[in-house]
Amino acid sequence: MISFWKKIPEQAKRLVVLAIILLAVFLVVRPQLVPSDFGELGHFRASALQDIIAQPVQYAGHEICTECHDEVAEKKGNSYHRNVACEVCHGPAAVHVEEEETDMLRIPRGRDFCIVCHEYLSSRPTGFPQIVSESHNPMKSCITCHNPHDPTPPEKPKDCAGCHASIARSKMVSHHVYVPCVRCHDTPEGHFTNPRVYHPTKPTKREFCGGCHASDDPSVAGIPQVDIESHGERYVCWQCHYPHLP
Amino acid sequence: MEEIIQHLTPLLKEVSGYIFPNEIELHWGLLIVLYPYLTGLVAGAFILASLVKVFNVKELQPTYRMSLLTALAFLIVAPLPLLGHLGHPEKSFEIFLTPNTSSAMAMFGFVYAWYLMAVLLLEIWFDYRKDLIMWSRKEKGLMKWIHKILSLFSSDTSEKALHFDKKSVKVITIIGIPSAFLLHGYVGFIFGSVKANPFWSSVLMPIVFLFSAIVSGIALVLLIYMIVTPMRRKPIDMMCLNKLASYLFYVMIIDFSLETLDFIHRVYESEESIHIISELVSGKLFVSLVVIQVLIGMLIPLGSIAAAKLFKLPDELKKLIYFVAAILVQMGIFSTRWNVVIGGQLFSKSFRGLTTYKMTFFGLEGFLFSFILLIMPIVILYILFKILPPWDEARQPVS
Amino acid sequence: MSILKSYQHLNQPQKRRAFVKTFLLSVAAIVFPGRSGSQEKPKKNSKWILDDDYDATEHRWGMGIDINNCIGCGRCVAACKDENNVPKLPFFFRTWVERYEIEANGQVSVSSPNGGYDSFKPEISDKQTIRSFFVPKLCNHCDNPPCVQVCPVGATFKTVDGVILVDKDYCIGCRYCIQACPYGARFLHPETRTAEKCTFCYHRVVKGMSPACVENCPTQARIFGDLKKTASPLVRFTRMHNINVLKQNLNTEPKVYYANLDMEVS
Repeated sequence: MISFWKKIPEQAKRLVVLAIILLAVFLVVRPQLVPSDFGELGHFRASALQDIIAQPVQYAGHEICTECHDEVAEKKGNSYHRNVACEVCHGPAAVHVEEEETDMLRIPRGRDFCIVCHEYLSSRPTGFPQIVSESHNPMKSCITCHNPHDPTPPEKPKDCAGCHASIARSKMVSHHVYVPCVRCHDTPEGHFTNPRVYHPTKPTKREFCGGCHASDDPSVAGIPQVDIESHGERYVCWQCHYPHLP
Repeated sequence: MEEIIQHLTPLLKEVSGYIFPNEIELHWGLLIVLYPYLTGLVAGAFILASLVKVFNVKELQPTYRMSLLTALAFLIVAPLPLLGHLGHPEKSFEIFLTPNTSSAMAMFGFVYAWYLMAVLLLEIWFDYRKDLIMWSRKEKGLMKWIHKILSLFSSDTSEKALHFDKKSVKVITIIGIPSAFLLHGYVGFIFGSVKANPFWSSVLMPIVFLFSAIVSGIALVLLIYMIVTPMRRKPIDMMCLNKLASYLFYVMIIDFSLETLDFIHRVYESEESIHIISELVSGKLFVSLVVIQVLIGMLIPLGSIAAAKLFKLPDELKKLIYFVAAILVQMGIFSTRWNVVIGGQLFSKSFRGLTTYKMTFFGLEGFLFSFILLIMPIVILYILFKILPPWDEARQPVS
Repeated sequence: MSILKSYQHLNQPQKRRAFVKTFLLSVAAIVFPGRSGSQEKPKKNSKWILDDDYDATEHRWGMGIDINNCIGCGRCVAACKDENNVPKLPFFFRTWVERYEIEANGQVSVSSPNGGYDSFKPEISDKQTIRSFFVPKLCNHCDNPPCVQVCPVGATFKTVDGVILVDKDYCIGCRYCIQACPYGARFLHPETRTAEKCTFCYHRVVKGMSPACVENCPTQARIFGDLKKTASPLVRFTRMHNINVLKQNLNTEPKVYYANLDMEVS
């Protein structure tokens, strides 16, 4: 061993010593600086999980509101807003649950909150109740006619436009403007309270459209007529013609 | 917080098309442009030095030690833009303590450390050791001690020891060439492996980075040689200069071919991101890419050096051409880094919009700090030239 | 006074019932030890037990989003910013909503004013829109996350229940993860100068609650659930709908599943 060491040139010896010193420093310093729980659960500091889950909760969740406000909750639970959590309108309630006297939640009473959801936007899905706030009772606050915990409108909206705003607007500028919705769609009463369960019907045969568009009855003179046998190959009418904007 | 609001609010108006809301802040700015530029110069200068030792290109001997010291000066400054850019530079040592082995950035820290210590410093040490000993024997005062400490108090100047030095230098250079490739290729890989960004994500990225690095390194050493030699009132060795220009020319041809290949490939495949990238290159990036990177930084230097090689021109004219070409090359390569780093962040990952980059003057991410960082290696180089003079005349024979 | 206050809640019927239930269970626990508590659950990987009896190894969290239900009201964006203290500026979002308008000639316009925080304003335009919808976006908590792959120090990581988190005390703010995320889900917090993003409200999840955005969505466009359970709203979601994910070709294996996602969503 010593003879091997003697054979190494002098400059190399100095370098080896220097390298050993540097390595030793690194090995001594590293454990001091690396957090002790690093690597326990993966390549990260395990106590980070505790830091993260210690974050205070701001939204209490819809269940806890019913413990004190059970009457309002029951009313809302049977209404159109049954799936809208209390905190959507009233804001985060976790602090209020602990200190109900001192921390009062917001109560939006003006017009600017309701339209966040209910303003008419063409991108909103059909079937969602929307109004054009500029023309829908612009001087009244929404809660005058609609109780937020049971927002059933005071009158049934005519022409299905209350929920099917996009379709109603298309139909309004189309040639079908005089055709009422119920002419083509039989609507059960349950559709107004449970729209996704009770569906209106849709026509199934070409002959339905043919009642106006393939007839020589004088009452439909002036309406475009086609030969129902040959027009449109095997497709039904609405596969090419959008009935709400034909 | 106020600063951020003031900095970001005007950017909202400059967005065209649609960008993801979080993309308004462009994260890797001027400092991250500077970083690959600096490491590129290091790799390039080292490759040039290796041409002398490994491939025995005798004409370049006057620039050998100069290249090594240039590489060292820039390598010392290279981590500074990174530290300045981090959100928490005080925790930067975490990269060395708990590196994530799947992260190119973490592994790069070790490549850098390896290159600095095992390659560059070792090679300089072995090459200078004899001279350090001879200088410290002749001098007095501070310089004597500086040289003595740098030599690690070594004193063996026998034939055997000198022979060992020479062999070590050769071995280290041979190891150093792939290390230099790795050093800057890795930086290219840090960008090239990001699949989220189709401008960066490319197999060619590390290769293009590397060759443009070699171009910039050779051009830098050429500039330093042409500036320092007359300052010392010594004549410029035209054989050396012509050789430098030749190598610069050949590497530029390779680099230009690679960049052209990347462009052709991109346009030919015409993937999803081609529309927004075309919009970017023909709009916001037109000046920095087409004009500065390609025309000024590549085509004009290539043409002028080719002219200098083809036609019989007087030496003075050749020197002027080389000098101007080298400066244009530096501008071009810096622009290359700018186009990759900042260009890659100017288009949204939605592929539907473009954002903008506003450079500030003050502050760590500002122009002033980067300018200081660019000057710093020159200052360090000056100090290195004083402590470890690289001129052949400074070499001390053994007495 | 304080003793009286602590019994005041017994005046309400729900609270009375809860109290009686707890009392009877406690008696049962004393009389029949070992049967009525959760102490007898076999301790599998005890290291992943967080917050009382939440065993992270038993869960795998994901989110389902039904595009046909989203009305773009932005309540999710507002709830997230409240719950997680995200700066209320238009530059930092853990979740946001995009509006797509696709015209008959194929042109697509996408917008996200303040991330959808103040919902969207009605506009008068002469666009010949043929399809239009809202798309909520957030961190996808990928199973093959490119952000975790590139973090140089191990500050961002994937938990055993599939949630990607950031250790802000360890993050050095290099922003490589922000560059690596293909979805733009990450940002640099202006005050902590560390990377931040949606955490699936992990601090709520371990307590058995759902994330703030899911809690507040008025149309149930967002479904949060456990992919490991057979009876879970998310599993049902993946059974009933044709599922799509964002940027599927990048193979990040996202765990936010979209139903009715249009091809134009990038």
